[in-house]
Parts: sequence; structure tokens; C-alpha cells
Amino acid sequence: MKTFRALPSKVFRLRYMPAITLLVFLTPVGAGLISSVLPAFGYLPALGRSDFSGEAWGQLLHHPAIPASIFTTITTGFAATIISLGLALFFVAAWYGSPSYKKTRKMLAPVLAIPHSALAIGLAFLIAPSGWIVRAITPWATGWDRPPDVAIIHDPYGLTLILGLVIKETPYFLLMILAALDQTQAEKRLTVARTLGYKPISAWIKAVQPAIYKQIRLPIFAVLAFSLSVVDVSLILGPSAPPPLSVLVLRWFNDPDLSYRFMASAGAMLQLMIVIAAISLWFVVEVGVSRIFRSRSSMGKRHFFETEIKLASKAGINFLVMLFSGSLLVLVTWSFTWRWRFPDFLPSVWSFHSWQNNLHNLAESAGTTIAVGLAGSIIAIILVVACLENEKQRGKNAGSGALWLVYLPLMIPQVSFLFGVQVISIKANIDSSWVSVIWTHLLFVLPYVFLSLSDPYRSQDNRFFNLALTLGSTPSRAFWRIRLPLLLRPLLFAFAVGFAVSVAQYLPTLFAGGGRFATVTTEAVNLSASGNRRIVAVYALLQAILPLIVFAAAMRIPNFVFRNRQALKGS
Amino acid sequence: MPRKLFGISVIALGLFGFSANGQAAPQSTANWQDVQEKAKGQTVYWNAWGGSELINTYISWVGKRLWDDARITLKQVKVTDTADVVSRVLAEKTAGKNEDGSVDLVWINGENFASMKKQGLLFGPFTQTLPNYKLVDTESKATTIVDFTIPVDGLEAPWGMAKFNFIYDSARVQKTPTSVADLLNWTQQNTGRFTYPSPPDYLGSTFLKQALTELIEDPSVLRTSTTELSELNQATKPLWDFLDALHPNLWRKGSQFPASSSAQQQLLDDGEVDIHLSFNPGAASSLIKSGELAPSVRTFVFDKGTIGNTHFVAIPYNSSSKEAAMVVANFLMSPEAQARKQNPNYWGDDTVLAISKLSAKDQQVFAKIPLGAATLPPQELGPTLLEPHPTWMEYIEKEWLKRYGQ
Repeated sequence: MKTFRALPSKVFRLRYMPAITLLVFLTPVGAGLISSVLPAFGYLPALGRSDFSGEAWGQLLHHPAIPASIFTTITTGFAATIISLGLALFFVAAWYGSPSYKKTRKMLAPVLAIPHSALAIGLAFLIAPSGWIVRAITPWATGWDRPPDVAIIHDPYGLTLILGLVIKETPYFLLMILAALDQTQAEKRLTVARTLGYKPISAWIKAVQPAIYKQIRLPIFAVLAFSLSVVDVSLILGPSAPPPLSVLVLRWFNDPDLSYRFMASAGAMLQLMIVIAAISLWFVVEVGVSRIFRSRSSMGKRHFFETEIKLASKAGINFLVMLFSGSLLVLVTWSFTWRWRFPDFLPSVWSFHSWQNNLHNLAESAGTTIAVGLAGSIIAIILVVACLENEKQRGKNAGSGALWLVYLPLMIPQVSFLFGVQVISIKANIDSSWVSVIWTHLLFVLPYVFLSLSDPYRSQDNRFFNLALTLGSTPSRAFWRIRLPLLLRPLLFAFAVGFAVSVAQYLPTLFAGGGRFATVTTEAVNLSASGNRRIVAVYALLQAILPLIVFAAAMRIPNFVFRNRQALKGS
Repeated sequence: MPRKLFGISVIALGLFGFSANGQAAPQSTANWQDVQEKAKGQTVYWNAWGGSELINTYISWVGKRLWDDARITLKQVKVTDTADVVSRVLAEKTAGKNEDGSVDLVWINGENFASMKKQGLLFGPFTQTLPNYKLVDTESKATTIVDFTIPVDGLEAPWGMAKFNFIYDSARVQKTPTSVADLLNWTQQNTGRFTYPSPPDYLGSTFLKQALTELIEDPSVLRTSTTELSELNQATKPLWDFLDALHPNLWRKGSQFPASSSAQQQLLDDGEVDIHLSFNPGAASSLIKSGELAPSVRTFVFDKGTIGNTHFVAIPYNSSSKEAAMVVANFLMSPEAQARKQNPNYWGDDTVLAISKLSAKDQQVFAKIPLGAATLPPQELGPTLLEPHPTWMEYIEKEWLKRYGQ
């Protein structure tokens, strides 16, 4: 009896979870967007304007930097997405199951854990004309006593920006492909194709790729939107004259002449339109490509550039791994530097000064980072699990149809709604408080947690749960004792992803925290303004270390918990 | 468009926004006791550019002293760009948060001050209430009362003096240019060894203003506000001619500019360029001290003088710790704090005080401050040129972007 009485109330509560999750989400995003749309059309009473007009748009479209800026935004955004996706797909196609595939798989977590800006800073130190690579070969091989006058960082075509994004996005795609593989019986499909005489890559492209593509479409859109609107990496590596649209918009938002606000809002809307157009374009091209592909895949050709793809994808991945490791290493070196002039290969004076002198600040900002990151990730996990459990118990379409909306904050450029979010939090009298900071982080943490957790959760075998029920367990007991422990590994991984996302947030922390919340990332960005590489390196490393620890824990804890559970042990 | 609308919004805010908040400052010094009394136990969130380790250390010293003396808790909110702070206060005003604002004190000058003043985002006038304000050299340091041609009107308290100068590596450069025109010759002989940060970086913009002031036929027109486009075009033509000639000789052939002045500092240290720009005559010495630049760097200025200004601290209208913020501002102008700030070991930033107004003992303290190896003695710093009216800067920045920013 007790069971029957508990059940409806549980379902009753769970039923509203998707709605509650969306409410938590869409209120600030929606209201934030409105607060950004209105000024774009001339409405911002605080600046004494409440007449609607298209003036800001005229100003925006006549701005001298706009055409080139839009061009850079679009080219770098698409190039980064296409290159990372292609590299990830080809690498998995060519090397799936091989030792180098397993080795690469181990590298994924650390690369994912490190915030974009930290990596970008390291990469800039590494490949600049006065960077470590040039220092390594100067002067003995080059004869230079001064760095060559070539634009590598901030190059006008955005190549370095693309490279920086590719280093981070390729592992993300790899991870998403891996997750998709588990759901699509890739192993079986491959075996069938290969017994039919298809070479590995051909077999993969024809038998597996079509099945996994659908699964990774959303991550692709998220990456595309991110690459089109990224701010911090663009600032560090992107073209400067003119910069990508995202940087330009942020600059206008920050212009001391407050009348720029109107043009900034219009720019943010333009950015949103570019993202929407880009995703639509991708969609259209995808239909065309898949049509061509469909006719090709049944032509019976058994091989597809097998050797070329094998070598190229391996070389590509190795190149990225090298750049990644080099970037990290150069950060470590700078953090222990006092003097390090060009063209010395190593610092001339080493010192612990940068670590020591910032110890107090480091501890404080690391504390804030951890607190916000933990709180945000825990709340995100609770909401996501509740939504997914609702789906499990009440069927896939039980109110979770609209859940794709949680990806909205990933698709919309941050600047376009953060000012609005700030205004709302002030109106609600929660600005510059823990609540507003954690809430704003949640907007970005939750989508990634959802992205990481939804597939393992949905595909988890319900028979364990049902078996528990038939043995007389209550649903809640079955949930706590059977479902969650079985999902411990993906839960912890999703938690680590959420934490890493939270650590990396710069603009949301700044806007919601009223500047009073110093995290390692806000400190890193603030100090990178000083050009003092020694301190920048310290903060960039700390930015990387915190998520790494959480990732490491997320990997180790299940192995410890399941030390007596053979079937649950990881590979 | 901005100008006209600004006019309207200024009037509107002047009528309703500012006065409606009724933030009248205590006018007489007799109230100073009350202010100090109220300040006790308050927390001041001081939004200050946080890009310099040296300055951050100085600010934490100020915090320690204020806690000891007045039981005020001072917290530095490190900002990358003071414009963010203006944005934040504006956001608070937008949301009707007219008290308990997140900013209690802000390090500010120029455009940002002009903007906050226009929008009625500042508290005051308050500087007359501060006892140490009497020591400020308002007579011969005119920029302490006129900030980028905008009257200060007691809304911000002077904190330090800035003067445009150049830092170069004496190990690599023998002969330094003596004027803007001479700089062109210098770059012809040293191709790719000079650049300036792209405007609107404040040093990049200052470089343009310096060039304009030297090259313009009649510098007096820069003192007034002008929106007449033909006049602006005509008057600034020498500047664009100069830049057109200069750019092919610059770093990256003028196709790329450092994003900020700190990026350029790094370029100097990396040997990518030979000259760096600075607004602080003591910067070279303190950067040597902190290991950020080579011991061989030195300072130079142009013969006919360089642009100078003052930086200030101001209190937003919706601060909830106005009294404590005033005590902080007063302490920052004290001989003790000013002397420490002028010392290149701590910062190396020139004082706003008139040495002659100080007590004999304090004068001694100032006399004993070491100059620093790379700092020019005051008599060699040359005359100070005044900042043009902000309208000129706005025009130049826009025009620069149109011509070279794409």
C-alpha cells in the first residue's frame, strides 16, 4: 500500500521537473534577451531614450569595421567547426579500437578540463614570433637577434584563432562521438561491413557515420555557435584590426560613451542572427551532402582514401597533442620565471615570487571558484537527473519535448543577454550575491551536464530498475539503490564537465557578481591585461588545475567504489 | 546623433535622476568629524584597474592602513576596464537600484568621468569636505580641476599625475626621437621597430592626441568642443598625412597593432619593438624593479612637451559607504600615501600635492624619495600639453578605425 501511495506523489513531483528546469532557465535568458533587444531599437529609459527607432541598426551597418568583422567571424567559426569535426570523425574512423585510439582517449579529459582562455594564453606563448618554438631554434639555426616581424598571433585571417579553437573542439567532438558509438551498436555494424570486404575507413563512413551523425548534431551546433561568438579566445588569439564581431560588440558594450549601448545591442542581435543563419545553413548543406552521400554509399566501393586518411588524421591529432602539451609546459615555465628575455630558451632568472606573492589572492579566488563550481554542478545534476528520471518513468515525450531549450544559452552569444540578466538580478535584489552568480553559471553548466548525462541515462537498461520493483522495492529505493549507483560513472563525469564549465566562465561571473566575486578565471583575465606573463601563467595554470583535479576524481572514484563489482569496472 | 540625444538625456537626468536622489554632500569641513564617525565599520568596494601587481600591492597597503586608522574595510575589485564599472553603475540605475550600489569608489578619469558625470552617476561634490584636498596643487597642476577639458566640479578627488612618455631599451637604441616629426625619421631608419596600441586603448589614443597637438596648425582649437565635420576634417588632415607616412615603417608594417599598452610592454621585452608608451614617468624604473623590463630601459619625452593629465577617485551616487569612501579618498591625498606612491619602489606615480603647501617634515619626506634609475628628473620632463576636448578624441578614434582599423 505504502508503495502505491508514494508512487503518485513522486510522479506528480517529477512531472513538473522539466517545467521547473526550463523556468529556472528561460526566465533569465528570455528576460535578458528582451533587455538586449529593446535597446537595439532605441529603447533604454536609463539613458533617456524611450522612442523606438532603427537608428542603432543604421549606425551598426555603417560602422567601418563591420563588413570585415562579420567576414572574420563567419570564416573562423565555420573553419574551426569543420576542421575539428572532420579531424575527430576521420580519426575515429581510421583508428577505432587501435592502441593509439586508446591512448588518445586518455588525453581527452585533461584537454577538456582546461579552460579555453588558459590554453589560448599558453598557445600564444608557444607559437608567437618571440615564443618558445622560435626561442628554441634561435639564434643558432635562424641567426636572428630579434624576433621575426610576422603576424602569427592576431593574424588577419584568424588562423591562430582557428587553431586554438580546434585544439579544444576536436577532443570535445571525439568525446561526443564516443558517447554516440555506445548507443549505435557501432561494433556490430563495423563487423558486418568489414566481413563484406569494406576497408576500415570505408566501412566506418558507410555503416557507422550515418548512425552517429544524428547523435552528434546538437554538439555540432553548440560548437558552431560557440566558435561564432567566442570572446576570450578571440581576444587572446584572434585578429585585432578589425576583431571578430563578438569582440567588437563587447567593446561597444564597455564603451564609456554610453550611447554605444544602442549599437552594442544591435550588434548582439546581429551576432544572434549570424548564429541562427549559420545553423540553418549547416542544416541545408547537411541535407545536400547526405543526399550525395546516400547514392555514393551504396555504390559498392570498398575503400576510401584509406592510407591518406589514416596518416593525416594521426598526424593531425599528434600535432594538436603536441601543441597542447607545449602550451601547458610553457605556462608552467613562465609561472616560475623572474626574467626571461628573447632569445633565451629558458628563463635567465627563476623565481617562486609569482606563486608566493599571490598566495593570498590565489587561495581566495580558488575558494570562490570551487564553491560556485560545486554548487552549480550539484544543482545542475539534481535538475537533470530529475528531468531524465521523469522521462524514464513516464515515457520519452512526457513533458521533456521542450527540453532542447536548455541548449539555448549555448546557442545565444553571451553578451546579448548578460546585461539583461544583470538588470533582472538587480531588480530581484539578488545582484552581486552567491545566488545570482551560481544561477548565472547554471545557465551554462546545466546544458553541458544535460549533454553529458542524457545519453547514458536514457540508454541505461530499465530492467534492473523493474527487477528491483518486482522484488518489492519502492521506486525511490530502486532509484537510490539501483539506478544511481549504476550511473555513478556518467554522473561523476557530467559533474566534472559541469565544474569545468563553471570554472571557465568569465563574463557571467563579472556581470552577475558585480565584480565582487573574484574567481581564478576573472583574475586571470584581469591580470592578462597587465601583460605580465609570469602572473598570467600562475592563474592560467590554476584555472587548469582545479578542473583537472575534479576530472581525475571523477575517473578514480567509480573504480574505488566498484572495486568489488567486476562488471562495473571501467576499461 | 549621440550628442543631441545626450543633451536631452543629460537634462532629463539632471532634473530627475540626480537631484531626485538627493545626494547632497556635507559641505563644510566641520562635518568631517561626522563623516569619520559614520565611516567606521563600513566596507568600501574600490573598483580599480587591476592589471599591475605593483599597484595592487600599493592598494592593499592602503587597505591595511585604513583598517588600522579608521576601522574601514577596503576591498579592491580588480577591473580590466573602468568602462565596465560605468556599465555596472548604469545597470543599477536602469534597475532603479539607487542605494546599496555595488561600487563605492572608482579609479577614474577622462572619458569615463565625463560619461558618469553626464549621466548623473556620481556622488558629490565632495572634495571640498576632505581636509587633505587643501594640499592639492590646483594652481599649477591645472588638470586636477579640469579633467580632459571637463570641469571636475568636486565630483572626483585627484590621486596622481600622469604624463605621456616613452620607454626604450638603451641597449638597442642610441638616439631617441625628439618630436613627432622626428619620430617619422626615426622609423624610416628603424623599420618595424615602433608601434602604438590600437585606439581606443588609452595610450594609443594619447599617442594620436600627442601627434595631433604637435602637428595641428592652431592647437588652441583643441580646447573647444567641435562637431562640425568639415572643420574636424580640415584640422586633422596633418595627422592623417603623418600616419599615412608613418604606418608603412611600423611593426607589422602597420597592418596590425598591439591590442593594449600592456601588450606593447611585452613586445618591448620580447625585443619585437624598441619603444613603448607610458603615462607614468616612473613606470620604467618600477618595471625594472619588478623584473618586467630589462635593467637597460630608460625614459624619453619630446622636446616641446607631452600630454599630461590627472587620475582621480570618484564615488558613485548609489554607494552605501559614501562616508568611508570619502575617508579613503582623503587618505589617498595624504602626504604619507602620496609620498609612498611617488616612490618607484612602490609605484613611482607623481604626486598631486603642492610640495610648498606641506609641512617642513613632509617636504623632507618628498625630497628623500629616490628617483629611480630610469626616471627623468622633473626638469627634464618637459612642458605639459593639455588634453584636447573629448569630442576631438571621439572623432579621431572613429576616423582612425575607418582608415586603419580594417
